[in-house]
Amino acid sequence: MISFILNNTDIRTELPPGMTVLDLVRYQQNLKGTKIGCREGDCGACTILVGELVADEVKYRSMTSCLMPLANAAGKHIVTIEGINPEDGSLTPVQQAMVDESGTQCGFCTVGFVMALTGACLDGTARSPESAISAVDGNICRCTGYKSIERAATRLSGSSRSCGRVVPEYFSNIAGRLRELYEIDNGIESTRPKTVAAVVGGGTDLYVQRPAEMAETDSRPLLYDEKLRGIREVDGLIEIGGSATVTDLLESPVMQAAFPKLYEHLKLISSTPIRNMATLAGNFVNASPIGDMTVWFLALDGELELAEAGGSVSRTLPLRSLYLGYKQLARTPDELITAVRFKKPAAGFRFNFEKISKRTYLDIATVNTAMSLTVDGATIADAHISAGGVAPVPLYLMKTSAYLRGRKADEETVEEAQTIAQTEISPISDVRGTAEYKRLLLRQLFRAHFVEMFGI
Amino acid sequence: MKNIDSTSHVRGESVYLDDIPLVEGTLFACVYDSQIAHGILKSIDTTAAEQCDGVVRVITANDLVGENQIGGIVPDEPLLADGEVHFCGQPIAIVLATSEELARKAAHKITAIIDPLEVVTDPRVAAARESFIVPPKKFILGDTTAAFAECEYVFEGRTEQNGQEHLYIETQGAYALPTENGGIRVYSSTQGPTAVQRAVCRVTGLPMHKVEVDVQRLGGGFGGKEDQANAWAGICAVATQLTKRPVKYALHRMEDMRMTGKRHPYSSDYKIGLDKDLKIVAYEASFYQDAGAACDLSPAVLERTLFHCTNSYYVPNVTATAYCCRTNLPPNTAFRGFGGPQGMFVIECAIAHAAEKLGIAPAEIQRRNLIIDGDQFPYGQVAESDAGTSWTQAEQKYDLARLEQEAEEFNTSSRWLKKGVAAMPVCFGISFTKTPMNQARSLVHVYTDGSVAVSTGAVEMGQGVNTKMAQVAASMFGLDIGRVKVHTTNTLRIANTSPTAASAAADLNGKATQMACESIRTRLFEVAKDLVEAASIEDLSLRDGLVYSRGEKTSLEWQTLVLEAHLQRVNLSEHAHYATPGIHFDWSTAKGHPFAYHVYGTAFVGVTVDCLRGRYEVDYVKCCHDFGTSMNTAVDNGQMEGGIVQGLGWVTMEEVVYDKDGRLRSNALSTYKVPDIYSVPKKIAIAPLETDRENLAIYNSKAVGEPPLMYGLAGYFAIRNAVRSFVLENGGSPEVPFPAFDLPFTPEKVLTALYPEIALAAQSGS
Repeated sequence: MISFILNNTDIRTELPPGMTVLDLVRYQQNLKGTKIGCREGDCGACTILVGELVADEVKYRSMTSCLMPLANAAGKHIVTIEGINPEDGSLTPVQQAMVDESGTQCGFCTVGFVMALTGACLDGTARSPESAISAVDGNICRCTGYKSIERAATRLSGSSRSCGRVVPEYFSNIAGRLRELYEIDNGIESTRPKTVAAVVGGGTDLYVQRPAEMAETDSRPLLYDEKLRGIREVDGLIEIGGSATVTDLLESPVMQAAFPKLYEHLKLISSTPIRNMATLAGNFVNASPIGDMTVWFLALDGELELAEAGGSVSRTLPLRSLYLGYKQLARTPDELITAVRFKKPAAGFRFNFEKISKRTYLDIATVNTAMSLTVDGATIADAHISAGGVAPVPLYLMKTSAYLRGRKADEETVEEAQTIAQTEISPISDVRGTAEYKRLLLRQLFRAHFVEMFGI
Repeated sequence: MKNIDSTSHVRGESVYLDDIPLVEGTLFACVYDSQIAHGILKSIDTTAAEQCDGVVRVITANDLVGENQIGGIVPDEPLLADGEVHFCGQPIAIVLATSEELARKAAHKITAIIDPLEVVTDPRVAAARESFIVPPKKFILGDTTAAFAECEYVFEGRTEQNGQEHLYIETQGAYALPTENGGIRVYSSTQGPTAVQRAVCRVTGLPMHKVEVDVQRLGGGFGGKEDQANAWAGICAVATQLTKRPVKYALHRMEDMRMTGKRHPYSSDYKIGLDKDLKIVAYEASFYQDAGAACDLSPAVLERTLFHCTNSYYVPNVTATAYCCRTNLPPNTAFRGFGGPQGMFVIECAIAHAAEKLGIAPAEIQRRNLIIDGDQFPYGQVAESDAGTSWTQAEQKYDLARLEQEAEEFNTSSRWLKKGVAAMPVCFGISFTKTPMNQARSLVHVYTDGSVAVSTGAVEMGQGVNTKMAQVAASMFGLDIGRVKVHTTNTLRIANTSPTAASAAADLNGKATQMACESIRTRLFEVAKDLVEAASIEDLSLRDGLVYSRGEKTSLEWQTLVLEAHLQRVNLSEHAHYATPGIHFDWSTAKGHPFAYHVYGTAFVGVTVDCLRGRYEVDYVKCCHDFGTSMNTAVDNGQMEGGIVQGLGWVTMEEVVYDKDGRLRSNALSTYKVPDIYSVPKKIAIAPLETDRENLAIYNSKAVGEPPLMYGLAGYFAIRNAVRSFVLENGGSPEVPFPAFDLPFTPEKVLTALYPEIALAAQSGS
C-alpha cells in the first residue's frame, strides 16, 4: 500500500511500487496534461512537482515523473498541471506569462515548463531572471527557440510578489494533510512497500537503463530516507548521507562554504529535476565511467561508508577502491552506501571541476575531470585528480596525482603532468567522441584546471 | 494576437494523439523491426510472441489484405519487410496486445533470420555504383566551362553535411477505429492527412471514401510527419482491418528515432569562379544526397537543393547536378528547409573558401553578388529581389563592420576566448515545387447563432496556422476571433489535401478560407442590403459584430443578419478552392516560374569559442527579415526564433551517428542533443524588412516557416572564423580552406581544428 496526495485527492494504492508516477497519472488517473517525450528524463515534458513535508512546511521540487517510481511518491504531495489549473478556467501567473510572451507553440512541452516555473515560484528560485531560467534547464522545447520562454521566466522573476498566487487555495492545507497521512500510517515507513527486491535512489539511472524490469520490481526507495540524507561536519570531515541529492549539496551551507564555485560546477550536471532526484550513492553504484559526482568525489579522495541493508555493521572503503572494472564494484549486493566523507577543505585548498559534452548543459560528459590541491606557498603540497570517460571506470589518476605533490605550479609541471596523465588512461571511441578526442580533451581540461586555479 | 491554442496548451488541456480517450476493446500495436541494415529475410519466428500474455495477434507481410506498399513518389517501400530488409529499423512484424507494455514485451520475443548483405551508408559509394533512386537532375544557366576560362580566381572543394533528427517532442503515432461497412477512421499525428489516407487505402485495399483521417494537432512536425506518419497509420489500419478492433500505436522515443528518417545528409563538390571585382561568374556543384533505403520525398528534397543552390546570389553561369543516392539508412525525409539549406551551405562554403584564399571577409563577396530585380535564377524565374534591401537594412541597423571590428579587438586581448562573426543572406522560394500541389480548400460554416466553424487542409503543429485561419475568417466577418472555431483537419470535410509543408499552408488554406468567407459574405450582404436599405452591397461592410453601411454603423447585428439569411433560405456555408496563380515548371527544360514569391533576409551571427575547451556560445543573431506585412507578429516572430535555433542546432551540436553497420548510435535524447535553454543565442534581434511590395501571400503576410532556419548556417561560419583566428594567432598556417567544411561543428570537431597537430599525434599514437 502506498499513500500520497495527488493534486487535491488522497490516494491509497496497491499498484506496483515500481510503476512510474507518469504511468500512474496518465493511464490510471487519466490526467493527460502530463506528456511523454522521452521516458528517460531528458526532455522534461513529464515534469511534475513533488511536495515533501520538511519542518512543518511543504517543500516543492520539480521532478521528471517518467523516472520516478511510485514508491518514491509515498507520503508526498504529487502535483500535475490539473492540480495547478484554476477551476474557473482562468490562468495562473505562470500560465499567463507563458501565453503573454508566446512561450508555447505546439504545446507538447509546455506543461513541463509551466510546472518547472511554478516550482521555481513556490520555492523562491525565481528571485532573478537567471535563476528563474535555471528552473527550466531540464525542459526541451523544439519549437520556440526558448527566447519567449526566457521572457516569460524573466517576467516571473524579481520580487516574489510577481509570482502571485501560482497555486490554488487547497495547497494551504497540504501540510496538515501530509502530517495526517503520516500519523494515520503510523510513520511514513508504513506507507511504503514492505517487500524489497531492488534498492532505488532517485531512479534516474535505473529507470533509463531497465524501465520495463523496474516497473515490475518491488523497490525499496532511498530517496527520502532522512537518516541517509544529512550533510554535516564531523571531526574535520564533511560527511554526506548516501541518499543526499545533488540539489541537497547545492543548498548545503557546509558545501557552499567549502566550494565557492559549487553552483557553477554543479550546473554542468544534468538538470534541475534530475538533480532533485539523483542521489550520491546512486551515482557511485551506477559506476558509469563518466559519473559526474563520482569524478567529483574521487578528486576529494572521498571515503565511503557501507552497511548491509537493515544491519548495524558498517565498513569504510576509499571511493577509488570501489571500482574493480567496468560496472564491477567492491561491494556485496546487500551493501548500501550510507555516506561519503572527505577532509574538510582547509587553508591552501583549491578545487576545480571540468566537464565537456556535446551540449554544455543537460548532457552526459564526453570527458569530465576534477582536481583538488592543497597549496603551500608556491608548492603543491597535496593533489588528487580524477577523470571520467577515459577508462572503463571513473579514474583516480594515481600517478599524475603523485607526480604533482611537492612540485611548483608552473608551465613545466603542467606539461609533464599532462604527459603522465595520458599514460594512465585508455579511452575508447563511442557516440560521445573518438578515443583521440577524449585524449585531447583530457589534456585540455587538465590545462583548464591550472588556468582556473593559477591562471596558467 | 496570441496563438489561439495558448490557453489550452498552458493548462494541459490540448489534445494530442496519445490523449484521445480510448474506445473499449482497443488493442495496442508494437513493431518488431530489423536489426540488420541489409539482408535477405529468410524467416520470421513469431511463436514465442504469440504465446505471450495479452497478445491477440502477430501480423507479418503475408497477412496484408491490400498491397504491401507505402511509397509515395516511387513504390519502393513495403509496409512490412518481405524478402529483404533494407535498413535497421525497418518494420517486419506487428504485435497486437491488450496493453502497450505487453505488446512491447512480446515484440522482443520475435526473431528473424536475416542473411546479411553489404551495407552502404555513404552516398558517394552508392553514387559510384550508380545506385540512384531517380535519375540525376541538373540545372544549367549559361556556360560554366567557357566562363571558368575567363575567371580571375577559381576555387574547388568539397563539403559534408550530416542529417538532423526532427525530435518533435510528440512521437509519431496513430489510432485506427473500425467504422461500419468495413471502413476505418484513423487519428494520426501527420502533416499529410491525405497522404495517410492514400497509404491506408493501399495497404488495406479500401477505397478512399471508406477511410477517414482526422488530425487535431501535432506536438511538432518539422517535416518529419509529412510522409513518415504513413507507416504507423498503415500499421494500425491493417491491424484494425484484420481484428475488427481499434488499434493504437504511439511510438516510444527510441522506436521513433531508429525507425524514422531524418534530414538528408549530403556530400557535395563545388567549383566557383570570380572575376577581379569579386563577382561570381561561374558556379558548379554536384550534390550527393543520402536518400536512405527508400524514395520517400527524396527527389523533391533534391530538387529544392537545386532551386536554392545559388542562395541569394546572381550567378550568370551555373551547372548544378544532384544525385539521389540509395543507401541502407532509414529513408530520409522532409525537414524544415527541405533540401534548401543543404544547397545554400555549399555555395556559402565556396564563398568562404574564396575569401579565405584571398584574405578578405566573405561578406565582401556576399554583398557584391546579391541578386537584383530582373536577374534570372538558374531555373529561369526572374527575381523580384529584396536581397540587397535586406542586406543594406541589416547593415544600417546592426553595423556589420563594427561587429567585426569588436570581435577583432576582443580577440587581440583574449588568449583563450575568441569571437567570430558571419553574415548569411537567405532567399527562399515559396510554393511546392511540384506545381499541382499548390491548391487548397476551406469549408466555412456560419451557424444560426452567429458562430463560425472553419475547416481547412492545414494541420496545426505549433506554427500557428489555425490562428491565422481564424484571423482570416474573423476579419472577413468583422467578428471577434472568439466567434471562430478552427476544427480538426479531416479528410471527410476537406478532401485531397496537400500536406502542411513548404511553408505554404497559411497562404494556400488562408486564401481558400478568404474565398469561402467572401462568398458567404456576399450572400449575407444581399440580405442586409434590404434590411439596412443600402443602395448597393458595395456600400456594406462588417465590423465589431455589426453591419456598416458606407462606413457608418447600422443597428443590424451580425447574429440577426445570419438568422434572417437562414430564414430566407440563404446558404450560410461555403467550400472554396484556391490554386496559386501564375506558377509553372517544366522539368524537360528545368525552367519555369515555380514560386509564387521569394522570402529574403540577412542575418549576422556572432559567437564566442572557448579555445581551451573547444566549446562555444552564440552571442547574438541579428537579422533583417522579409515578412511582407506580417498578419501576426507574435506567431511570426516565434517562427523566426524557433527556426533560427533549430538551424543553429543542426550546424553545431546535433549529430546523427550511424555506425558502419547502419545502426543508429545517437538513438535517444541522451545521445542526440538539441539546443536547450542555455545553448540558444544570448540575443536574437529581428527587424522586419521595410517594403511595400505586393505579393501572393495571404494578406501580404509572407510564409515564415522554413526561411529562418537557414540563418542558423551563419553560426557555422562564425565558429569557423573564431577557430581560424585562434589557429592563425598561434602560428598555424593550415592549408586553405581550413578547417574542412563539415557539418555539424561539434565541440569535438572544434577542438580538433584548434589543435590539429596534437589531434593528429593522438591519432597516430592510439
